Amino acid sequence: MAKEAVLALRGISKRFGAVQALTDVDLEVRPGEVIALVGDNGAGKSTLVKTIAGVHPIDDGTIVWEGTPVSINRPHDAQDLGIATVYQDLALCDNLDVVANLFLGSEASHASILDEITMEKRAMELLETLSIRIPSVRIPVASLSGGQRQVVAIARALIGDPKVVILDEPTAALGVEQTAQVLDLVERLRERGLAVVLISHNMADVQAVADHVAVLRLGRNNGVFDVATTSHEEVIAAITGASDNAVTRRQARTDKEAAQ
Amino acid sequence: MSDTVDKNDTVDKERGAGTGTAGSEDAAPRNGDAAAPGAAPVVDPRLLVREQGFAGYVTDFKRRVRGGELGSLPVILGLIIIAVIFQSLNENFLSAGSVSDIGVYIAGTGIMATGIVFVLLLGEIDLSVGSVAGVGAAVWAVLSVTNGVNDWLAVIIAIVAGLVIGSLHGFFFARVGVPAFVVTLAGFLGWSGLQIWLMGSEGSINTPESSVVEDLTGYYFEDIAAAYGLALVAVLAYAAALLVDAKRRKAARLPSRPVSEIVVRTGVMALVAFVAAYVLNQSRGLPLALVLFLAVLVIADFAVRRTTYGRQIFAVGGNAEAARRAGINVEWVRISVFGIAGMLAAFGGLFIASLSGGATKSLGAGNTLMNVIAAAVIGGTSLFGGRGKIWSALLGILVIQSIQQGLNLLGMASEIQYMITGAVLLAAVVIDSVSRRTQKTAGRT
Repeated sequence: MAKEAVLALRGISKRFGAVQALTDVDLEVRPGEVIALVGDNGAGKSTLVKTIAGVHPIDDGTIVWEGTPVSINRPHDAQDLGIATVYQDLALCDNLDVVANLFLGSEASHASILDEITMEKRAMELLETLSIRIPSVRIPVASLSGGQRQVVAIARALIGDPKVVILDEPTAALGVEQTAQVLDLVERLRERGLAVVLISHNMADVQAVADHVAVLRLGRNNGVFDVATTSHEEVIAAITGASDNAVTRRQARTDKEAAQ
Repeated sequence: MSDTVDKNDTVDKERGAGTGTAGSEDAAPRNGDAAAPGAAPVVDPRLLVREQGFAGYVTDFKRRVRGGELGSLPVILGLIIIAVIFQSLNENFLSAGSVSDIGVYIAGTGIMATGIVFVLLLGEIDLSVGSVAGVGAAVWAVLSVTNGVNDWLAVIIAIVAGLVIGSLHGFFFARVGVPAFVVTLAGFLGWSGLQIWLMGSEGSINTPESSVVEDLTGYYFEDIAAAYGLALVAVLAYAAALLVDAKRRKAARLPSRPVSEIVVRTGVMALVAFVAAYVLNQSRGLPLALVLFLAVLVIADFAVRRTTYGRQIFAVGGNAEAARRAGINVEWVRISVFGIAGMLAAFGGLFIASLSGGATKSLGAGNTLMNVIAAAVIGGTSLFGGRGKIWSALLGILVIQSIQQGLNLLGMASEIQYMITGAVLLAAVVIDSVSRRTQKTAGRT
């Protein structure tokens, strides 16, 4: 884990009117690593991801990209840096075929005339390297199953050769088989040296693919755990705040005093 | 839905495996892609056609029809039925003169319908095209005839006026957020007021002899070489485009159309083009109006299917939010599409002025708007956005104009025409809705 963080958030705060959605949140994302972002509903996971993706500009704090502070104010800024986001609602155009969806917004073209052949070839190569099996790259996305749509959406995030891929609940609506396929895909992204931020409510998925788990609770950091050495229960406790009570606080205080 | 998709899946896999064992050379490189042994080879469903030759084409066609992908089939069948019925009632219906007239009459409304197809692809509607056509004609007439402005300049100003008006609708729709229905409804009233105001005290301004606008529908290339030449160029260009595409796809090792399909497609195209050229030459020759209409269609079709701009239109029509997140400037696409619709409406208005002998206060009023929208829908462009072809403007307006021509030949009153056109429109929308339902169950939109 000596690798330097490709993306680091330091002291991020975000308010929506009277709601303090994020308070002083830190997060480090390293290449070749899957970091799971977990937390209860309203913990601020989606808000945090949207600040990275440029949907909501941050109020306070700094975003550091490869060692240099950057400002991300629009989705385009994030894309230019190399941050690709796969939203929960996928954002695919049902009426367009797989190739068109993969290249939407970044079509291969000469003088704005589409180069379908280059696009189709690259699409097939990309799907091939990700071992994605879909009936055809030329059928409308509407005729794909839920799992196939999800892998198309993830593959689409990779078209621009990003360094960080953010997946917002990629397995939420999927069956057992399709979930396994998506998790396989997440592992292949890691093998390719990408940094992956995975938002999930499903602890089994998190344990299966993530290297680290960052827990958010009520808009604040509530610990980053190493998946290999942390038990399921500890993560759950951090999410729900079960460990955050008078007993544990006293324990921590006495430990600190003892150390001094 | 997923059930059917899975079924399709297995069908494809079985077929893929079948061709693989048959050792078809064509299929070999693609099946070679399958990385893991035992993994099902990926087969493009469209490949069913190519791998089984011509018989496969028929099976694929049947499959599509059953799946609800009717495409242009209902319209073409409808055109044949219309031709048979009217020809049996009046033997002049398919005469050279009558067909030539249809070719000229479809130009103006057809160009307007092309603009409507753009708007429908966005999933929106433009109710103002009739009034904009009237304004276009009025602007030209007032400038050129009353004020003596250069004829060409007046024509260009009229078309630009349409572009500006359309962009204004687009602005209110995309930037301000007023529903397109309401914006263009306001435009429908407002621009027809402007048209009447522009015309002033005169009820109508006649097109002068040998003016540009008179030539729009009055000029015919009488040399028979013109029609045949255009047909030949069109067929050769079509065949060349298909061949080049197939060659490039083959070079890139992608599935490509087999030569047999290219030959059949080119053959059908050649048949239609040369029969049309022959019939037109029997009458007054190749009408300029038809040439201009076809040029608009070809350019628009190219823009919609082959350019990034066209792709953006489909994306916005399919899922505007997805398009926005993909970095597409949704507002610009919407404004420009309404601009195109307005521009083509004004251009079409000049054809209508040319046909009716001049600009009037009521040009573009009445059923023009309804005919134009009906043409786009009858031709197969979905009202729900994101699905359709530019050529549906040609097919739809052919249906409407054929019915009008036929009923005129039979001497039927316009009220009967309205009722029949209305019934045809309803039938077209019913086919659209039913086929959408079938497509949903077959997992396609």
